Amino acid sequence: MRPYDVVIIGAGVVGAAIGRELSRYKLTVAILEKSEEVGFGVSKSNSGIIHPGTQNPTGSLKGRLCVEGNRLMRTLARELGLDFKEVGELIVAFDEEETFRLNELKKQAEALGVPRLQIVDKKWLEEHEPNLSREALAALYAPTAASISPYRLVFDLCENAIQNGLELFTESPVQGIVKTRDGFDVQTPRGVFRSRFLVNAAGLYADQIARMVGVTDVTITPRKGEEFILDKKREHMANHLLFPLPSKISKGILVIKTSDGNPMIGPTAQDISDKEDLSTSDDGLKKVLEGAQRMIPSVSADDIIAYFAGLRPVAGEDFIIRHENAVAGCVTAAGIQSPGLTAAPAIARMVVRILKDHGLALKKKFFFRAHQTELRHLFSIPFSVTRRLIKKDPSCGDIVCRCEMVSAKEVREAIERGAKTLDGIKFRTRAQAGRCHGSFCTTRVMKILAEGRKIPLTQVTKRGKGSQIVAGDRRDA
Amino acid sequence: MHERELVIVGAGPAGMAAAIAAHEEGVKDILLLERDQYLGGILNQCIHTGFGIEYFKEVLTGPEYAERFIHNLLGLQGIEVSLKSFVVHLAKNKTLTYLRPGELETVKARALIMATGCREKTREMVHIAGTRPAGIFSAGLAQKLINIEGLLPGKEVVIVGSGDIGLIMARRFILEGAQVKGIIEIQKQSRGLTRNVVQCVEDFDIPMYCRHKIARIHGRDRVEGVDVVAVDEGLNEIPNTGFRIGCDTVLMSVGLIPENELVEMAGVALDKKTNSPVSDTLNTTSIPGIFVCGNAFKVYDVVDSVTRDSAACGRLAAAYLKGSNG
Ligand SMILES: Cc1cc2nc3c(=O)[nH]c(=O)nc-3n(C[C@H](O)[C@H](O)[C@H](O)COP(=O)(O)OP(=O)(O)OC[C@H]3O[C@@H](n4cnc5c(N)ncnc54)[C@H](O)[C@@H]3O)c2cc1C
Repeated sequence: MRPYDVVIIGAGVVGAAIGRELSRYKLTVAILEKSEEVGFGVSKSNSGIIHPGTQNPTGSLKGRLCVEGNRLMRTLARELGLDFKEVGELIVAFDEEETFRLNELKKQAEALGVPRLQIVDKKWLEEHEPNLSREALAALYAPTAASISPYRLVFDLCENAIQNGLELFTESPVQGIVKTRDGFDVQTPRGVFRSRFLVNAAGLYADQIARMVGVTDVTITPRKGEEFILDKKREHMANHLLFPLPSKISKGILVIKTSDGNPMIGPTAQDISDKEDLSTSDDGLKKVLEGAQRMIPSVSADDIIAYFAGLRPVAGEDFIIRHENAVAGCVTAAGIQSPGLTAAPAIARMVVRILKDHGLALKKKFFFRAHQTELRHLFSIPFSVTRRLIKKDPSCGDIVCRCEMVSAKEVREAIERGAKTLDGIKFRTRAQAGRCHGSFCTTRVMKILAEGRKIPLTQVTKRGKGSQIVAGDRRDA
Repeated sequence: MHERELVIVGAGPAGMAAAIAAHEEGVKDILLLERDQYLGGILNQCIHTGFGIEYFKEVLTGPEYAERFIHNLLGLQGIEVSLKSFVVHLAKNKTLTYLRPGELETVKARALIMATGCREKTREMVHIAGTRPAGIFSAGLAQKLINIEGLLPGKEVVIVGSGDIGLIMARRFILEGAQVKGIIEIQKQSRGLTRNVVQCVEDFDIPMYCRHKIARIHGRDRVEGVDVVAVDEGLNEIPNTGFRIGCDTVLMSVGLIPENELVEMAGVALDKKTNSPVSDTLNTTSIPGIFVCGNAFKVYDVVDSVTRDSAACGRLAAAYLKGSNG
């Protein structure tokens, strides 16, 4: 077998962005992903904020890549047909001392190149953010902050890269790596993948992969963040992303406008040891509620319709992005904690540059298809357009998920475009993501998925092997 | 856009009773919209008995109870039934937008009855901590999986809450050969009907833990167990009373919420806690001519009372139409 030019380990937002960037060139590239679907690691459970670059130490790599990523994300979102909502953020000060610190934050961010920052006063806040606590005195306003759907970003990056020739292998955990004379033999249950260059973008497990090639100075500590999603009815409770002043380890409890409309509150920040521990806690709920109510006093526990926890892959204060000089051809992208989602397109560029510097020849493809069609939701468009679509294709009007009004057509399209699990369908279409949590539509979605993948209903899973929805068929018992 | 005398949304027991009663009162231009492909609503998946004891003085199954109304309804001139018709928008002036196969329709109602039923409260609404594996179901979803789809959701089940659907599902699981390892109820006693407690729980020796709550759900891919803890009068956890029950399935039966998002869209005031329309009188809302009946108005214990009160709603709408005509 001819070796690949590059094998990327991990199809999170970082691996996917690198893959898509490499798919511009005449190269053979494969991504190996251990989960059943892409983006099911850290990249699916985060705040979905495209940070402007505030709250990062001057001179930090993550700060620089965040500012660049924020800029690149605009083009990327347009090309991929993603909903990019530039809602802006307010870092809110509640006392004199905090108000004073805003100036310091502003200076720091300006040094990093964050554009159009402005300090706004109480009067501005009362006018532009009427539900904000009366205790708020001033805020740092960063208009370039935005929100995006983090999982759809990963799905679309991969899909687009595949259209441009990249090969994706899911359910392919890397179990060992052998350094050969001119490259790497990467071992998976699917067999050995031979490659000249290797990119480690394994998220929480980047330390494990690093050790496989003999790099021992990377240690990932998961930092858990619990987040709580509110009913869409509260969509307009805030007009901006609301932040308190940052602490040493986190940006604090935020009120988040998501690209799907449901507000979100969180995340907590807690260092833990178990990389698989995605549980939420009563304590987390309490902290998040208190934090959010400090911003918007009317937020209540009754508004919550869903919650989750995500783990930030922390390796020290900053990102680690480097060529491993002891292991020629291996590039590490580790410790991609927040703002990793934002920085991903900039990380991708940086990694490609490093690969080039170490001998990867980059020749542009003549045909690179940058654009891709958007998954269009029936009710994000005017009724007159909906009516025309339905006339053309009745399955557009065959509603599967009543809370989010998702049609059979959208679900089938999601499956054609790569969804293999119920969560995969949920993240792409929002079917099962509304207030009834799938009580009404799960059976219908299961049937469409089983039909589309030609598997029995008993094999349908929530998020991959081991998460079967039902235990069996009654008739078999 | 065409106009109709009376539009009724939802053809479960409430919508059907309202349609028949309004028809009896002389309303002869009725459009009954139902998003499913059959009439009867939730009764279709309730294949156990216990329906009709008050209304028909007979013991029927859900589908049998529904059938009596369906039969009656389909014989009436002046009621148009439109299945697979899903209302997506409601404006204050009673203009409805709905989907039916291949069409997006608009219709203006002179009077409107919403009989859209309930949804079940979820694990998320009661904020149970822990993980989010496969194997957590609302009781109604589990019922649909077993009774309609012929699938067995799980083999070792813990039921959270002792509402009637939960109790009935406990028996159902046992009859399917699964094990029900416990019913966890935070209140002092079951909130289900006594007959369900006796026939579904006591007769099968299912352990019922009252004044207990689920503190945590465990399991990465599929449910592996739950932590249960005792609570005091104020529903606060009592320290050192926790224990673990191993299971692969958690069934949520913690109450119902009226589905009123459409009337809310039109501007009807809803009670923030119950999601019912704010109203002093049965079946009315803050907008004249928009009525709500059945479980969408308030959560009922038995279908017989839904039929009775929804018929009253049909008459109310008829009177409203007469009044506004006159
Ligand atoms: C609560 C929370 C909120 C956040 N909010 C934001 C935000 O608002 N804005 C922002 O910019 N950033 C945010 N972040 C950070 C952002 O989510 C991460 O920086 C980013 O998702 C990291 O992406 P990744 O590709 O490195 O990791 P991952 O998405 O985890 O990707 C790594 C992939 O590697 C795979 N893998 C691991 N081991 C192997 C193996 N042996 N073989 C094959 N595949 C393997 C994994 O399955 C996984 O899919 C947040 C993070 C958290 C936890």
